[in-house]
Amino acid sequence: MAEITYREALKQGLREEMLRDERVFLLGEDIGLNWGGAFKVSKGLAEEFGEDRVRDTPISENTIAGAAVGAAITGMVPVAEIMFGDLITLAMDQICNQAAKMRYMFGGQTSVPLVIRTVFGGGKNLASHHSQSLESWFMHTPGLKVAVPAFASDVKGLIKTAIRDPDPVLFAEHKLVYDKTEEVPDDEDYLIPFGQAKVRREGADVTLWGTFLMLHKALEVAEELQKEGISVEVIDPRTLVPLDTKTLIESVKKTGRLVLVTEETKTGATTAEVAAIVQEEAFDWLDAPIKRVNAPDTPVPFSPPLENFFIPDNKRIAQAVRDIV
Amino acid sequence: MAVDKKTLKELFSRTLKIRLFEEKVWDLFGENIVPGTLHLYLGQEAVAAGVTTALKKSDWIQSSHRGHGHVVAKGADMNAALAELLGKKTGSCKGKGGSMHITQLDVGVLGATGVVASGLPIAVGAALSCQMRKTDEVVACFFGDGASNNGTFGESLNMSAIWKLPLVWIVENNFYAMGTPIKMTCPSSTVAQRAEAYCIPSKVVDGNNALEVYEATIEAVKRAREGGGPTLIECQTYRMKGHSRFDPAKYRPKEEADYWLSEEKDAVNVIQKIAIEQGAITEKDADKIRAKLQKDVDKAGEFAKKSEFPEPAEALDDVFAEAI
Repeated sequence: MAEITYREALKQGLREEMLRDERVFLLGEDIGLNWGGAFKVSKGLAEEFGEDRVRDTPISENTIAGAAVGAAITGMVPVAEIMFGDLITLAMDQICNQAAKMRYMFGGQTSVPLVIRTVFGGGKNLASHHSQSLESWFMHTPGLKVAVPAFASDVKGLIKTAIRDPDPVLFAEHKLVYDKTEEVPDDEDYLIPFGQAKVRREGADVTLWGTFLMLHKALEVAEELQKEGISVEVIDPRTLVPLDTKTLIESVKKTGRLVLVTEETKTGATTAEVAAIVQEEAFDWLDAPIKRVNAPDTPVPFSPPLENFFIPDNKRIAQAVRDIV
Repeated sequence: MAVDKKTLKELFSRTLKIRLFEEKVWDLFGENIVPGTLHLYLGQEAVAAGVTTALKKSDWIQSSHRGHGHVVAKGADMNAALAELLGKKTGSCKGKGGSMHITQLDVGVLGATGVVASGLPIAVGAALSCQMRKTDEVVACFFGDGASNNGTFGESLNMSAIWKLPLVWIVENNFYAMGTPIKMTCPSSTVAQRAEAYCIPSKVVDGNNALEVYEATIEAVKRAREGGGPTLIECQTYRMKGHSRFDPAKYRPKEEADYWLSEEKDAVNVIQKIAIEQGAITEKDADKIRAKLQKDVDKAGEFAKKSEFPEPAEALDDVFAEAI
């Protein structure tokens, strides 16, 4: 165990899987020698594994994703990087029509063992084309698994599981958690199974479920509210598909109250789906309406005061909790 | 290039096999037992026959939006192929794919697609895989003139060229993207000209002549196997039917259609004449081959008709490798 950053933990996971299985290779824009990835996740890997296995590509998102599909169904295990989550719009056909549906529409003739890594989230004043949180689109696409690691100790185990998984995985990261540190196991077989949420903080009065940076904020809020005598349980789903509803429902049955918080724009967000599931499965245990804390239904703005208004902050999260206690 | 008699016979037989298969599909459609739509390969048989005869069994093909002929040419089980078109449980995709997703991976077909031009990036990945796994396998990717106007065409040709991938790009130019003539959508007189921008050698051939297609493909496959990178072959051909199920293709000028749909231009007649002239087969051999293939196709038709539909709840299977 060593305390390392999320970025370092992710790179460790990629490196270990590349050492373990020579079929694993990375491809994407500026991931190789000259740059090491826009967020430096693959820095040093091209030097170690060569430019064949850490392959810089032209700016061709749909063909990057499609090449990953073609390689995956013919015996390789590609990990493709889409530099910003917003750019994944250019690769939607290959991810959502091809990778996600191939096993199904070909009647189980093939697996599509690939990983698409990308990064969501605002907070760096990068405006509307470099800041979105689009994870619900992929949760809405049958055939894709969706990982949403928010902590260093999870990102390593989840990327390793994603690479070893026979199905296509959309592996979403967040710009503002790359530098967060945590103790991370050194074990080369440290795998985190998909579909297992983690209770990040135990509490008795309210359940707070969220993703990415919002979880870090939720933990700070829980600490603050403890001083007011409100005990908050914080749950990290870690993967959206499969989704661990059991851990969440058990928590809601204990607390009777639920606040959902993500950085997505509100309409059609993952929080809407989770709210629907909880009212279907635990309606009788709820003592208050489910609260959602999301970004407003606007594009992500640029100027700092505008973006700060857009992204949910600790104050809004805390208020949502107080509103239902 | 001297082509041996065995190959000529195979070119004839493969062209005819696709023709008879598609005529069977047309008949079944007439019986109103083919659900959904159909993109028939009738008329273009020489392209798939010529290309696949130049490939090894271990090579791959990426099919297009008009895929039946590719799958049959690569050696697919015709029972499973026809059953798939009828939506049966015994279909190669267990009734989940149909005409637009007809495929058989075990004979090297990477898949047909409902999204025009989406096969090109997949072919890039398969060829990259052939190269990275250090095999001598190559990939032939079929797509239409319509697909060459999509962004994936430029992205994929470019990537195949910079990485010198073992890939043969096969443009089936039938001059119409659905009902839109190519002269409305492409400024150059051939699609092949576009390859030059990516430093990819190209050739235009008569796509109704299986021998011409074969000869061009043999050369391209050799280059690909030897590490020389991709080639683009434009096969000019014509649909015998419309774009899809209910399209009578009335938008095609009579003079043009008469030329392409004449006896002399017919893909089966063309290769039969060549094979006979070059002494590869006799008229009698041709009749025998036809009778044998017709029998196989008829049997496949019976198999497909007799097969059961899937149970409704099978709609839930095969989303993931293991149910979640």
